[in-house]
Amino acid sequence: MKLPLSGDAALWLALVLGAAFGWLLHRGGVTNYNVIVNQFRFRDFTVLKVMFTAIIVGGVGVLALTQTGHAQFHIKPANMLGVTLGAALFGVGMVLYGYCPGTGVAAIATGSLHALVGVIGMLAGAVLYALSFAWVETHIQKVAALGKLRLPEVTGIPDWGWFAILAAIAGVVFWLIETKTRSTGAASRQ
Amino acid sequence: MPSDPNVLCQPEAEREARGRWNPYLVGAGIGVLSWIAFAVANQPLGISTAISSAASVCALPVLGSDGVATNAYWAKFPLKWDYGMVFLLGTFLGSLASVLVSRTFQVETVPATWRERFGNAPGRRLAAAFLGGVIIMYGARLAGGCTSGHGISGSLQLAVSSWVFFLTLFAAGLATAAVLFRGRSQGP
Repeated sequence: MKLPLSGDAALWLALVLGAAFGWLLHRGGVTNYNVIVNQFRFRDFTVLKVMFTAIIVGGVGVLALTQTGHAQFHIKPANMLGVTLGAALFGVGMVLYGYCPGTGVAAIATGSLHALVGVIGMLAGAVLYALSFAWVETHIQKVAALGKLRLPEVTGIPDWGWFAILAAIAGVVFWLIETKTRSTGAASRQ
Repeated sequence: MPSDPNVLCQPEAEREARGRWNPYLVGAGIGVLSWIAFAVANQPLGISTAISSAASVCALPVLGSDGVATNAYWAKFPLKWDYGMVFLLGTFLGSLASVLVSRTFQVETVPATWRERFGNAPGRRLAAAFLGGVIIMYGARLAGGCTSGHGISGSLQLAVSSWVFFLTLFAAGLATAAVLFRGRSQGP
């Protein structure tokens, strides 16, 4: 087998990986409006648990794969103005909608009509972006465009150092979440 | 006084808890999916690019096929059955399979947390969902990714752009939730 896969084999893999991703999103509870919105109200920490664990487990493995020549990085450019403005809008939209793009699509399958309406809104938002794309490219995406930077390059802390730091932060945060939510009884909803 | 405003009515809470897996295991599972995606397909997990490409179909009636074809964005990300589009379809199908296996399908228009704050009117909830969808996707395109492409795939590669995205999104979400859910709840 020649890697990376291409053609039809890659599409079948995409279907399998996508299905596993959708399955996990639903089993993790993040296809639920209440779970996502209550993360931003500090009443439910499921989103943080899922994402932070995925980042650390995924990151250590992908790092090992790249260092042994079995994978390569795909770094998005640090167009600081575009990323900051976009992320701010994304945060506002995520709380209004109660889903993010992936969990919204997955939530339609649970029977969520408002998730479906939000996906129609997302299509409209994408049309708006496509129409403003030329202007945004010249006036926003070129401002503070730092290129495809990684934290190790910027800070001088090596990759493994970053994962040690992230794992330590996750350990403390998860411990606080588990001890605090257990004592207030909120753990019943996790 | 109710002990916890967040407690759902019993059948709803029961349904939502059914079939739930440990969130740490789910996160680890998504991490392992990333390994496979990087090593076998040379592709990070991502969702929003495929949705934006699909949106070109919605623009067809407005812009016409020439208008869509000459648009600089869709010239760069044309609609096709590529890896990202099939992954998006798979995400829906996988969630559907999990819903069916766990027998948790339930039509929902106004979720509990929204109902407690804004009441039971479906129009208001659907309008907010639509507006939120518009804003979230414009933001995702402006930032170059969403919770999957930036939040998970980018952050796990220690990309500067993705960590800026993650932290800014979280701060903006906290501020929005503080404004949206401030004060007393309206009740059902």
